[in-house]
Amino acid sequence: MSKMQIKLTVNGRERELLAEPRELLIHLLREELNLTGPHIGCDTSHCGACTVEMDGKSVKSCTVFAAQANGAEVTTIEGLAEPGSLNVLQSAFREHHGLQCGFCTPGMITRAHRLLQENPDPSEEEVRFGMAGNLCRCTGYQNIVKSILAAATELNAAKEAAE
Amino acid sequence: MNDLTPDSAARAAKLKGLGCSRKRVEDVRFTQGKGNYVDDIKLPDMLFGDFVRSPYAHARIKSINIDAAMALPGVIAVLTAKDLEPLGLHWMPTLAGDKQMVLADGKVLFQGQEVAFVIAEDRYINADAIELVEVEYEELPVLTDANKAMDADAVVLREDLAGQTSGAHGERRHHNHIFRWEAGDEAATNEVLEAADVVVEETVYYHRTHPCPLETCGSVASMDKTTGKLTLWGTFQAPHVVRTVASLISGIEEHNIRVISPDIGGGFGNKVGVYPGYVCSIVASIVTGRPVKWVEDRMDNLMATAFARDYWMKGKISATKEGKITGLHCHVVADHGAFDACADPTKFPAGFMSICTGSYDIPTAWLGVDGVYTNKAPGGVSYRCSFRVTEAAYFIERMIEVLAIELGMDAAELRAKNFIAKDQFPYESALGWEYDSGDYHTAWTKALKAVGYDDLRAEQAERIEAFKRGETRKLLGIGLSHFTEIVGAGPVKNCDILGMGMFDSCEIRIHPTGSAVARFGTISQGQGHATTFAQILASEIGIAADSITVEEGDTDTAPYGLGTYGSRTTPVAGAAAAMAGRKIRAKAQMIAAYLLEVHDGDLEWDVDRFVVKGAPEQFKTMTEIAYASYNQAIPGLEPGLEAVSYYDPPNMTYPFGAYICVMEIDVDTGTHEIRQFYALDDCGTRINPMIIEGQIHGGLTEALAIAMGQEIAYDDIGNVKTGTLMDFFLPTAWETPTYTTDFTETPSPHHPIGAKGVGESPNVGGVPAFSNAVHDAFRPFGLKQAHMPHDHWRVWKIANDLGLHTQG
Amino acid sequence: MIPGAFEYYRPRGVEDAIAILQQHGDDARVMAGGHSLIPMMKLRMADVPHLIDLQDIASLKGITVSAGQVTLGAMVTQHELINSAELREAAPVLRETALQIADPQVRYCGTIGGNVANGDPGNDMPALMQCLDAEFTLVGPNGSRAIKAREFYEAAYMTGREDDEILTAIRFDVSGAGYAYEKQKRKIGDYATAAAAVLLTRENGMCTGASVALTNLSDVPVWSQAAGAALEGTDCNDAAIKAAVKAALAEADPTEDNRGPVAFKLHVAGIIIERAIRTAWQRA
Repeated sequence: MSKMQIKLTVNGRERELLAEPRELLIHLLREELNLTGPHIGCDTSHCGACTVEMDGKSVKSCTVFAAQANGAEVTTIEGLAEPGSLNVLQSAFREHHGLQCGFCTPGMITRAHRLLQENPDPSEEEVRFGMAGNLCRCTGYQNIVKSILAAATELNAAKEAAE
Repeated sequence: MNDLTPDSAARAAKLKGLGCSRKRVEDVRFTQGKGNYVDDIKLPDMLFGDFVRSPYAHARIKSINIDAAMALPGVIAVLTAKDLEPLGLHWMPTLAGDKQMVLADGKVLFQGQEVAFVIAEDRYINADAIELVEVEYEELPVLTDANKAMDADAVVLREDLAGQTSGAHGERRHHNHIFRWEAGDEAATNEVLEAADVVVEETVYYHRTHPCPLETCGSVASMDKTTGKLTLWGTFQAPHVVRTVASLISGIEEHNIRVISPDIGGGFGNKVGVYPGYVCSIVASIVTGRPVKWVEDRMDNLMATAFARDYWMKGKISATKEGKITGLHCHVVADHGAFDACADPTKFPAGFMSICTGSYDIPTAWLGVDGVYTNKAPGGVSYRCSFRVTEAAYFIERMIEVLAIELGMDAAELRAKNFIAKDQFPYESALGWEYDSGDYHTAWTKALKAVGYDDLRAEQAERIEAFKRGETRKLLGIGLSHFTEIVGAGPVKNCDILGMGMFDSCEIRIHPTGSAVARFGTISQGQGHATTFAQILASEIGIAADSITVEEGDTDTAPYGLGTYGSRTTPVAGAAAAMAGRKIRAKAQMIAAYLLEVHDGDLEWDVDRFVVKGAPEQFKTMTEIAYASYNQAIPGLEPGLEAVSYYDPPNMTYPFGAYICVMEIDVDTGTHEIRQFYALDDCGTRINPMIIEGQIHGGLTEALAIAMGQEIAYDDIGNVKTGTLMDFFLPTAWETPTYTTDFTETPSPHHPIGAKGVGESPNVGGVPAFSNAVHDAFRPFGLKQAHMPHDHWRVWKIANDLGLHTQG
Repeated sequence: MIPGAFEYYRPRGVEDAIAILQQHGDDARVMAGGHSLIPMMKLRMADVPHLIDLQDIASLKGITVSAGQVTLGAMVTQHELINSAELREAAPVLRETALQIADPQVRYCGTIGGNVANGDPGNDMPALMQCLDAEFTLVGPNGSRAIKAREFYEAAYMTGREDDEILTAIRFDVSGAGYAYEKQKRKIGDYATAAAAVLLTRENGMCTGASVALTNLSDVPVWSQAAGAALEGTDCNDAAIKAAVKAALAEADPTEDNRGPVAFKLHVAGIIIERAIRTAWQRA
């Protein structure tokens, strides 16, 4: 099948490549752009390991065609912080043991990032509901929830201090 | 010496050794998306391989036509059993002494079975080619009910075993029989049961489920024809065993095989087995001369690789009128699927099911297990447990409950009455184990007090009255569980896998400037070995954990080990770390003695240094000693500071715990809410409390899933009904409760640092706690036993069968 | 899981999309958020040689509340439904329902149009639309027509939409009725074991208007006129609710699946309907 020209912005950088329309965004990111942070866990949009941000939305990139992403702005875990440094969420996950095998973590943090953009001061219940599209088999979520709440507190304190 | 010499405690704290909730070193990579999992591996010219799988559970293959697939541009080859036969690779040995088809040889025996292996330039072409392979099947009668496997007229599944009246584990009594395995004394047990005041009998089914790590299984094989060296990356919980097996079945000399387990996205037992995909990727790389990747999708994973459980456990338990247990009889029908591919130590085809006397002092017992073939996927791995321990714990924790009902006794009290007492350890169980240590009464009392057990029972009694008056439709269940695990396989004298003794290893090198690298025969799948092994070593050799790099998973560099599963890493490899560290320290002591010009015996160890006894200002730190070992000729000593330890544990370790689950159940909808979950674990010496707590949260959540909905279900013709995560239950953050963790600390007397292993305890103890809560809620209305999983409709059915929907 | 190959189209107008549909007939399908269609394509249960992505058609977007009427463009996402301040006022039941669909990521992509148009009996919005007596706008080669949600569903995946038509908008009246969408599911991301949408109007303590619809309890959404009738003219007392539940259940026809057998589903449906009625009445 013929390939099409796909132009998109990934982690702030414009990319142009040829891909079959049916190529899944997750494969485009992982195989063509070597962004292997997002993973494939379930293939059917249940697990969220493939979560990336696309045009300000958290999406499961295993359920988006490359063609749909043409023209989009995509952010992956690799684009959330300066290379080699951890942002507040990433540090909080480490500090509060919010990860074990690490496979769900990129999707988890990318989703949490968007959640905090939309709801900077969530309750525990809101975090659990807002993170319900991401499965983790290792942690039982308790420390993930703790990490996100801690990150929210820290981000809010920083914001207040800046004001 | 210008060292400021802070006090010992301050220096110890800087080491971040044993007992420190050290932050994980792995997380810096993982949180940035810089993990390196098998599907992240990309080699030049790499091909992609995947399977044509059987849509049928039992069928003869009449023909396979690959022409259309081969005609698709980008398809390199399509392998079938016929192609593998000349290499002797169309079947492979299983870890359990059986053999398994790599590609279907004449027939298929379960849905999802590997029929042909397509090799193509990429996974898109591959997927299209799979659709083009035409396989003609002739359907055969399907056997899915293990309890009917040994009926006289049951269909023959394994034609390849025709006429074989014995297998790897002794006599085969039927064409679908695999083995009979026994422990204890059946005649004596029957006598006890006959003479007993009270006997209850119950069948407890532990349903088939699946470890379902978030990362599926996969491998990348790269055969370098120039050097003759095969490199195999894969999701292997036991990389060294994979190397040995790969050598044995391929004929490639073992030194020419390098197996690498990269980061692993969760294992939980799923990645212990050897799968056709691994073999086919190797063959494909040899055939094509190019690297070949195989990665399962989720449906493949759930249908074809490594299920867990599926034990029909028929029990009898006897007691005196006062509630002292006198005997236990257990017969298991074990559904092993189409091939016996269980991952157990060789001499234990039913794993450690014989720990089924649990935490109780049961003087007389018998266990018999019959393994049978069915038209289901092979496997039988230990899903976050040590070789069938979770089945054993579930069985005894249900039998205790039904006995309590029969006796009219509180189940907490019945447990306490029968616990092995602290002064009975080491305790010889009726089924042949020597429990190393425990203090069950202390843990139990602490747990009951923590949840306010008596108040909960009073609340439950009030609730039942309110329910009967029609004021509520919710019942309250109090789920009790006291489990004893048996982990750390194992002494080499009775535990091996394919002849490899189950020791483990640690090799440590101290660098001249006082930092170190340590390598192990294990492999982390999220347990945080890079963090905790360094802590053990830090405490042993006085080098800060932050200055110790831990490496594992590469068979070219790591010492041989049996891998990570069955909570064996801390008990075995953790012990090897301590022992290797002690070897380092012993040599360091000699070096220090030389440097300080004193006799060895005049020195004492103080956190990170050797100090001259009675002269605290005279000492040599480990850093100084390390440097000296490289730059000074010390009479009688070789240069350098390195050690290796292969540790063969004298016994297993026996972690235990007390769990209590408080659950609200809506009798009309079958839904539940977990109001409270208290988990007390005793895993001996605690290396990293933060990681222990994380392990417990995770294990409990897996237990929640198993007890409350997760299953691999088949219909009557062997179709998998739960092949995607829509139907295979993995709880989200929303369905998962918040847990309270607690601990007691009873060190293992035989482990160098007293540690016991913890990762699997919450699954072993959690499942009975959740399940007992459901049972307990309905107990006042006459429920004795209801099989898991307790999903909404099955809970509703309990209520319905008890007539609770017709009242009011 | 890899989907089969397809030609991809991203038209900018409805007419362009229809032209492609006309050209390729059965071989073409429109896609909104794609979260029903793409998994089916990946499982190779749906073969779509020509895929028409509707994301660039501006006229399919937007939420309008005016003159007592709510108009939703087909491409409005669940996420937008949940976060629309206007809708929270005009039709809070939409938010309540949307929050019970799938998970956050899926709700960013999943659209109201896709949810109502594909005819999956597991989708939640069709029953709600029947409950609201919504009207769907279908645009085809011969122009536009309206069809009532209550007349749209014929069988599983079979609707009143012709192959060359596109569902472009959804319209319903603003109502101050008490509302509820009650759903039982196994976990986040699951379809309903049973779900019910209820709207009740209350005047002087009496129910003057009632609408009851069910999700995933038949191969089509079930709007039960009889259930509504059983409540109208009553004060929604226990007997009236019992009668309404009975009437609604008489029209339910669930099938056994992994969620449970028929008897269980009907029993749970009865409980869910009753809860929805009680909640709606409380809010009325």
